[in-house]
This record gives sequence, C-alpha cells and structure tokens, in this order.
Amino acid sequence: MTEAETQSPSQDMLLAGLARLMGGENAYHITATGEVVMCCALGDLPDVLKSLKDDEDLCFTQLTDVTAVDYPERELRFEMVYQLLSVKKNRRMRLVVAVGEADIVPSVVPLYASANWAEREVWDMFGIFFSGHPDMRRLLTDYGFEGHPLRKDFPLTGYVEVRYSETERRVVYEPTKLVQEFRDFDFLSPWEGMQLDMPAAPAEDGETEEKAEG
Amino acid sequence: MMDTNQQHVLPLRPDSPIPPGADQDAILSAVTDELTNRGFVIAQADKLFNWARTGSLWPMTFGLACCAVEMIHSAASRYDLDRYGMLFRPSPRQSDVMIVAGTLTNKMAPALRRVYDQMPEPRWVLSMGSCANGGGYYHYSYAVVRGCDRIVPVDVYVPGCPPTAEALIYGLLQLQKKIRRTATIARS
Repeated sequence: MTEAETQSPSQDMLLAGLARLMGGENAYHITATGEVVMCCALGDLPDVLKSLKDDEDLCFTQLTDVTAVDYPERELRFEMVYQLLSVKKNRRMRLVVAVGEADIVPSVVPLYASANWAEREVWDMFGIFFSGHPDMRRLLTDYGFEGHPLRKDFPLTGYVEVRYSETERRVVYEPTKLVQEFRDFDFLSPWEGMQLDMPAAPAEDGETEEKAEG
Repeated sequence: MMDTNQQHVLPLRPDSPIPPGADQDAILSAVTDELTNRGFVIAQADKLFNWARTGSLWPMTFGLACCAVEMIHSAASRYDLDRYGMLFRPSPRQSDVMIVAGTLTNKMAPALRRVYDQMPEPRWVLSMGSCANGGGYYHYSYAVVRGCDRIVPVDVYVPGCPPTAEALIYGLLQLQKKIRRTATIARS
C-alpha cells in the first residue's frame, strides 16, 4: 500500500473496519487506482453485506450497482460484483463473489431495495438466478426471449429476428438469416491483442503452460 | 367548363410552379375575380387533395432514440416544421406520417406495427437515421430489427447518424413531392 492511498483518515478507518470485520488485512485488496475490493464466499454474502451496511465505521448504506462478469474458463464461471457507497464516510468499495453456473445467489433486495432491477438485469443477461427476489422476471430483453446475451457463449446476432408477416398480419419470429456475415475489421483493438514481433517476456514457465492447457 | 367570355383564362394544369411576377399576379387576380364574381373556383380534385395533404402532414410523435432529439430540433423554433403545416400529434389516429426516429428493437417492433395500424389512411412512413434504415450500428445485434421496413412499408429513407434537422426536413419535403405525384382518383 502506498502512502497516497492511506493518507485520508476515512480511508484508514474504512480499511481498519474491513480488517476488523473480516478478520485480518487479507480480506481485502487495493487496485492500482486505489479502489478497495473485497472477495467473499457465496454463502457468506448476505451476512457480509449486512455487516458492511450496519457497521458504524463503514456505513455502506447505498448499493450503487449489482452486475456480473462471465469467465467461461473458470470453474466457478461468474463473478457477481456489488458496488457499495458509504455516504457518511465518503468511501466506495466493491464486493466480488464467485458464482458457479448452477448456483443460486441469495437476493439482497431485503437489504438494499436498489438491487431489485439490478438483479433482474443480471438474471436477464447472465442467467444467474436469485432466491428470495420479490419479482424475478427478465428486465430488458424481448418477451419470451431465450438465452442470456452477456454470456460469452451467446452469439452476437442471437438466434431469432423479427419481421411483419402480411399473411398472418402480425410480427413473426424467424431464425436469424444474415445477408452478410459479421466481419471484424478491428485488427488493432487493444482487447484483441496486437500481434507484433515483441521480444519474449521473461519466462514464467508454469503459468504459461497452464494457460495453454486451459 | 370555362366561360369563354371570361377575360382571364386559368391554366388548368400548371406543370410547374409559376414564379412570382406578372404571370403569377395575373393568375392570382383571376382567381380572386372569379371568387368575388361567382363565389367558387374550379380545380382538379386530385390537385386539391394533394394540396391539402402536403399542406398539413401531421407526423406522429414516435421518438425511439437519439434521432428523436434531431426530430425535436426540426420542430423547434429554429427550423420550425409548423411552417409546412406539420404539427406533431400525440395520437396515431390524428396523424398522417410516422417518423421512425431511432433504433427499432425486437421488443418494440409489435408496438410500432400496432401504432402504424392505428393510423388512418392515407398514411406515410419516413425512416430516419441508419438504425431505422437498416439496423445501422446495431445491424448485427441480437435485439435490433435490421431496418424498420421489415415491419412497416417505408416511403422515404433519411440517411445519417443521426440525420440533421435539415436532413429530416429535406426528407419531409421529398415526401411532399412524392405525395404530389400520386393521383387519388383512378381514371379508366
């Protein structure tokens, strides 16, 4: 931890509070940009959030966002991400929970009402189911939509497209038929990785081999 | 039809608009005279209908995305669609033209079609912007209709992302031209 990150007294208090609550400084880590991130097990999620909300030194009374990330190569495929804000202490933190494809996540709507639509969106986009949610429906996609678009294995163009049928006099769904396939011209995207002749990185044999196998 | 004793003879079918000047003044004064003398003028029903239709094209307020902002600009004081007798109507039953302004999603498609079906005939559709024309930026998306002409018949396509208010007005004037070309009464 650098000096800049610990300058503020409220940051100190936040970190001390986290360490006290979660039993040690290993409970959280701080990113290069100074964001506080904490991981916890799925089973502990409601208790952890409740103590983060109720603790006098933390007071994370606002849940600003709930979202998820898909990592298909991981054993526990998804990461649930809870963004918290403490208005009283002027601090933010992020709680990350690894979730498997078959896991059911306890809803945090009883704790934070703002999680209602956010959890519906996560269910819609990733197919992560929440237990104890008051209204577990899809939020954004079409009525009767199949699949979860933000999963990495969901095809960009989906499975169906719509058209007005003059004979049936209604909008009908048909399997997607593209006139032209999707073409990716963005060869230099930093996310795709530039394929330059770079000098080889210092070898970390074990790690690279694992990646190749996985 | 025409009174042969009449001094001024109205051209029955002006093929092109008559520019301001002595000719136009002569025709206008002839019309005025005829109105004061007889109380009526004779015109072609087709021309009259088209004059009425093009002079009061009421678009439906149907903004879907950012294009709607440009559509609002075209109606606001700087461009002022009111000059052409175009008033945005909040009801499909009172409108003549639907401006599809923005991305049409699969979820919205049935609603768009329903609104179109509720419009009385004759009705026209103007597709505004890349998304409404062919899906645009979202052409390959799982949730977007690849062109609103898959749902409703389109009369005029206005390109742009989004098209400027001027472009939309140009499109509407093109639509007026198209309407002027149509003949309502079928002749055998």
